[in-house]
Amino acid sequence: MNQRPENRGAAIDLDTVSKAYGSFKALDAVSLHIKPGEFMTLLGPSGSGKTTTLNVIAGFTDATSGELLVGGKSVVGVPAHKRNIGVVFQHYALFPHMTVGRNVAYPLALRGVTGAERERRVRQALDMVKMADFAHRYPSELSGGQQQRVALARAIVFDPPLLLMDEPLGALDKKLREWLQLEIKRIHRELGTTFVYVTHDQEEALVLSDRIAVFNRGGIEQIGTGRELYDEPATLFVGKFIGDSTVLRGQAATSGDETALAISGQTVVTDKRLANGGRPVMLLRPEKLALAPRGAADAGRNRLAGRVGEAIYLGSGSKYEVVLADGSKAIVRSTLEAQSFAIGDEVDLLFAGRDVKLLADDDKADLTLT
Amino acid sequence: MSALEPTTPSASKRAGWAWRPFALTAPALLLLVAVLGYPLLTIVLRSLSEPQWGAQNYVWFFGTPVNLTVLQRTFVISAWVTAVCVICAYPYAYLMTAVGPRVRLALVLCVLIPFWVSGVVRTLSWVILLQDSGVINSLLRSAGFDGVRLIRTQTGVVIGMAQVLLPFMILPLYSVMRGIDLRLMRAAQSLGARPLRAFFTVYLPLSLPGVYAGAIIVFILALGFYITPALLGGPRSTMLSTLVQTQVLSLLQWGRGGAMGVVLLVTTFVLLALAAPVMRSRHREAGRR
Amino acid sequence: MEMKPFTRVVLGLVCLLVAIWLVAPTLVVVPMSFNENKSLAFPPQGFSWQWYQNFFTNPDWTSSFLNSLKVASIVAVLATVLGTLAAFGLDRMRARPANMLRMLMLTPMVVPGVVLAIGIYAVYLDAHLVGTLTGFVLAHTILALPFVLIAVSANLEVFDRRLETAAASLGAGALTTFRTVTLPLILPGMLSGLLFAFATSFDEIVVSLFITNPYLKTLPVQIYSSITRDADPTVAAVGTILLCATTLLIGGGMLLLGRERKGRP
Repeated sequence: MNQRPENRGAAIDLDTVSKAYGSFKALDAVSLHIKPGEFMTLLGPSGSGKTTTLNVIAGFTDATSGELLVGGKSVVGVPAHKRNIGVVFQHYALFPHMTVGRNVAYPLALRGVTGAERERRVRQALDMVKMADFAHRYPSELSGGQQQRVALARAIVFDPPLLLMDEPLGALDKKLREWLQLEIKRIHRELGTTFVYVTHDQEEALVLSDRIAVFNRGGIEQIGTGRELYDEPATLFVGKFIGDSTVLRGQAATSGDETALAISGQTVVTDKRLANGGRPVMLLRPEKLALAPRGAADAGRNRLAGRVGEAIYLGSGSKYEVVLADGSKAIVRSTLEAQSFAIGDEVDLLFAGRDVKLLADDDKADLTLT
Repeated sequence: MSALEPTTPSASKRAGWAWRPFALTAPALLLLVAVLGYPLLTIVLRSLSEPQWGAQNYVWFFGTPVNLTVLQRTFVISAWVTAVCVICAYPYAYLMTAVGPRVRLALVLCVLIPFWVSGVVRTLSWVILLQDSGVINSLLRSAGFDGVRLIRTQTGVVIGMAQVLLPFMILPLYSVMRGIDLRLMRAAQSLGARPLRAFFTVYLPLSLPGVYAGAIIVFILALGFYITPALLGGPRSTMLSTLVQTQVLSLLQWGRGGAMGVVLLVTTFVLLALAAPVMRSRHREAGRR
Repeated sequence: MEMKPFTRVVLGLVCLLVAIWLVAPTLVVVPMSFNENKSLAFPPQGFSWQWYQNFFTNPDWTSSFLNSLKVASIVAVLATVLGTLAAFGLDRMRARPANMLRMLMLTPMVVPGVVLAIGIYAVYLDAHLVGTLTGFVLAHTILALPFVLIAVSANLEVFDRRLETAAASLGAGALTTFRTVTLPLILPGMLSGLLFAFATSFDEIVVSLFITNPYLKTLPVQIYSSITRDADPTVAAVGTILLCATTLLIGGGMLLLGRERKGRP
């Protein structure tokens, strides 16, 4: 465990995996390739299918159809206890009648590891999560964060080639969560195991992951690095789920390579066009938007009239919520140097056409955001 | 949220597993049918068929004044026992919630000790205490009350039965009272209710589910009491159970004894059926705190 | 809720009286058991061990005591096995059939003793089970079953089934999971069920009175007939012995439990 990791993780391949409960499709033909040693996060709102996917990989749920390969071998029909996959549960699931040490030793005992070797590996795993001093405590004597670290140690002690984590930090407070995120990142680096991590928290996904699979309504919307998802969202749902965003809807007109949107009598233009058809909408990130007092000239940029509805001082800058003429809201982040505005100020919203993400409208993108 | 749940295995496996829970309960159910269901059925049949088929035993039961007197007395004694239990248990259970852990342990032990001791021995204790030459009569005599009879009277039976049944009242009451959020009382007082008013408008209604549950249990158990009335009671405090026993064991009147037994059984189940919906809805209310 | 001192004192006094009423009658057998005279009149006269001696030497008492021990031990094991199986079955069943079956299995608690007794007596007369060990064991098991069911079900209700999922993810098969995770965690419920079942059988009197015969008597039957026949202080001695035994047992059990609970949630 302490030698350099040389990609000891297993690759995972889901091929058109579906899971139906009666007529409800929890998973609809999901395909996903996870590379050996990769940190893959399954991100999505509740009910989007991310946990079902994890359950299928772990073997707690059997897929209705589809193929699942772990390390190149099909595990369809293999019961959970024979898959050799580590799982960290949201509610820790530590055995209350065993000490920390015996909890961690449990999978080793099942694998016939005994005596000094077992002792050594338990200590090593507890060292890795910095819980070695607690081996003789019972789970009930530990805090939530400590319990989760023990659960992590228990899941990695038998050197599984794949570690699944189901919202492991969901029950912890923000400070602890942020610290444990870094710990999990470090452990992933040291182990070289493949990690599959389920969360509904997009910030957590951005901090941890090599790649993120965004789930929605039983399917995957997009797979990519955090940067790809933020900069180049493939769908409106991804654009709205990752990071803050402003969505502009209006009467669309396309001419050549340009798309124009008419919003309450004002027109904004971008030098892009929708490849696959559909009703185009514009998505803008807060830092790509700027504010200016109403009427202040700034030629060459798109301009929309609005009124400041909320102004929040963030220390490093300010965040504004601007109410546009059609009633929709825009989120603007400005730096300290920029001019500041107060609630009620009449302003112009400015942005460059090239900063616009042009996406197909999807009215269900809002519904699934909870 | 999205916690990993122990989900059911695949459909094919599930079909094979569905019978297992029932198979696990089967041995207990089988025994239940053989040693509870079948005997009760036998009694019902005998009450209708001995000496010949018909309702004659029920006609006899409801047509004989002595039987009706005993039936009425059984209800009256049970009601008294229930009342005594409620009155004694309420403050006791309340105190259990209001004291520190040490005192609470002592109070719990006092409730449980009677459980440790054989029921027959407990009734023996009451025989010793209540007899004419017993402790209580000596105390009463020295206080100037001479010639009070306790043994072989209804009062004696009620005292003895209530003591045996009191734990069945205290424990459900306590479990409900423990769940009552005492901040509600503070809230009521902060809204202007005097302590007594706060008690009657907030605490008492919230504790009623416990009172109902305990009262039903005590009343039903009291209806079927046999040993205590048999040992502490006299001819003027005979309860239905004793009458059943006399018919069957002494007079060998299985039909008549069976009919009495069926009356007792039906009464019990009717009471339970009446109480069940009330208790269930009350419980839900109490759980929603 | 803050109480006024006056309320507190009154409440305390009332509860003290209730506590005395609960406990004191039980203790009255202790002085009676050392009575010199063959009488249950209070106060007892003199001091003697003769009633204890009688209990240990009189075959009526010794055999009924041994019978009770034998019956109660078998009942405890049988009821615990059947009750635990049933509790598991109900736990893994859909709610509706489970609730119905649970109610059915709890009926022995509410069926009036005498009614059940004459029913069992009638059946036993036909089946020649009156005065037999089998007869006693079967009847008492029915009465003890609800207690086991309640105790184990209560334990299963707080048992987190996600722990079984966790054990599976760590490599434990169904049997290993049951042995290493499920069983240790529901053991307290099973043990208290076992204890309740033993006590229920050891203490059962109503049905026993009907299905007993001169060849097989249990201790409560012997006590009952002794009380109704004459004023023999041996019953007081028996009561005292039982009181001491249960106190020791429960006291020891609580000490053990207290030590073991360290580290439990």
